[in-house]
Amino acid sequence: MTLFGYRLPGMSSLILWGILWEIVGQSGMTFFVPPLSEVVATLFQVIQTAAFQKALYETAYAFIAGVFFAIVIGIPVGILMGKNRLLDELLLPWVNVFLSAPLTALVPVLMVLFGFGMKAIIITTTLFAIWIIILNSRAGVKQINRSLVEMAHSFGASPFDAFYKIYFWAALPEILGGVRIGIIRAVKGVIIGQLLISIVGFGALFELYSANFLMGHFWAVLIVLFALAFTISEFLAYLERRVSYYAAKR
Amino acid sequence: MVVADDIPESAVSTRNISKNYGDVEALRDLSLEFPRGQLTSLLGPSGCGKTTLLKIIAGLLEPTSGEVEVNGQMVTGPGPDRAFVFQDFALLPWASVMRNVSFGLEMRGVAKSEREDIAARYIKEVGLGGFENAYPHELSGGMRQRVGLARALSVDAEVLLMDEPFSAVDEQTRRKFQEDLLGLVQNENKTFIFVTHSIEEAVYVSDQIAILLPRPSRVHEIIRPSGFRDKGVDNIRRDPEYLDIVDEIWASLRTYVE
Ligand SMILES: Nc1ncnc2c1ncn2[C@@H]1O[C@H](COP(=O)(O)OP(=O)(O)O)[C@@H](O)[C@H]1O
Ligand SMILES: [Mg+2]
Repeated sequence: MTLFGYRLPGMSSLILWGILWEIVGQSGMTFFVPPLSEVVATLFQVIQTAAFQKALYETAYAFIAGVFFAIVIGIPVGILMGKNRLLDELLLPWVNVFLSAPLTALVPVLMVLFGFGMKAIIITTTLFAIWIIILNSRAGVKQINRSLVEMAHSFGASPFDAFYKIYFWAALPEILGGVRIGIIRAVKGVIIGQLLISIVGFGALFELYSANFLMGHFWAVLIVLFALAFTISEFLAYLERRVSYYAAKR
Repeated sequence: MVVADDIPESAVSTRNISKNYGDVEALRDLSLEFPRGQLTSLLGPSGCGKTTLLKIIAGLLEPTSGEVEVNGQMVTGPGPDRAFVFQDFALLPWASVMRNVSFGLEMRGVAKSEREDIAARYIKEVGLGGFENAYPHELSGGMRQRVGLARALSVDAEVLLMDEPFSAVDEQTRRKFQEDLLGLVQNENKTFIFVTHSIEEAVYVSDQIAILLPRPSRVHEIIRPSGFRDKGVDNIRRDPEYLDIVDEIWASLRTYVE
């Protein structure tokens, strides 16, 4: 965007929205929206509190564990589905159903099954991330050049060699694309899980703030979460651009 | 042409091979002997089952019936006595020339330093010295096929199976390859089975040419050019026997070309 001949840096329109927020806040129109300046001041206070740091730590833990399971289960399952017709027929309908299912509705069931704690949140996170990782790994394997597989076979590759030395690498660009989208979904999963279960992490924090009508605190934490999610997604997009450079050359 | 008693014993024999793909009868009752230390071409129009036969010999495909023997041993799958050179090179795009060439040895469990020594030697031998750390996408088609060839040579298999290895490279490179191939047949003590659809190429490089015809696929004729082999690479294409054989093959194939 350019203004009076000057090139504005990306997202400078956010300043405009920030000003609007400040005006609405200052006007005292609604108790629900405190002025942005107040929210920002609260933000710096909040991130130093033990409660916030505990929530951040618990969230990071659940997020990393959830993504870890989604990746180490999702990639091999996807590759095997791409390789094996029978497994593919058995699993593909389920993967597609879960990919588009409103997983939020499953969270209460998970709570019943796995308790109201970390375990249920980690599983929620994994469930949000894993399906697209499976589907992309499968697609990566499906497009593999058949003669690479024959080549490995003709030189006596074991099934294990073929898996780790051919299929995985050949499907890597698609796999990483799936992991990127999976991680973005995991961010949603970990927050939604916490909100619904609401006794750990940010769920507990939000519960605390809304019970005490601390709207400034509420908005401050929300801004931190949005910024974190956005940063993760941009970082992954950057990594993926590096990989597609490699993919285009293969 | 030469009388039958000069022919060395067979390194590879195929007996009564049939192969059906569903309703498609790719090969029917095909028997063929491949003399040791010589180059045999499988020549025929596309779709006549050349690749199918080569992959059955490689152990990559199972015949519907019939059997393949290599050195008197029944073939049940791929084995260290055979190495394959692929029409589309089949190189790992994420791996360097060194890793690609040593891949066959890696699969056979040869230690890293040893297999890289061996690979380095064959990389030089095929004329790619200095490109050890290059990636396939940085190489021309001809250079890529040299990598595929070095990979097949480095496992030191007795039988080299080549599926139209030069069809994806340009004409000049192809001629150079054909000359180099004659050198390889002379110097390496290996049996070559070479698939091509080019009559001139087959006559130029082969000790024995098996002409395959489609519908149903069978060996139509076996030709053993012999008179011009030691007249030097530059004189072969002007030799009367060479020209006669090319004409003769064309005469038998022309009816199958639409
Ligand atoms: N995987 C396959 N499934 C079905 N038909 C096939 C398959 N591979 C080859 N064929 C058929 O078998 C015949 C021989 O094929 P191929 O061996 O590739 O011939 P060539 O290498 O001489 O061109 C062709 O008619 C081809 O269409
Ligand atoms: Mg073919």
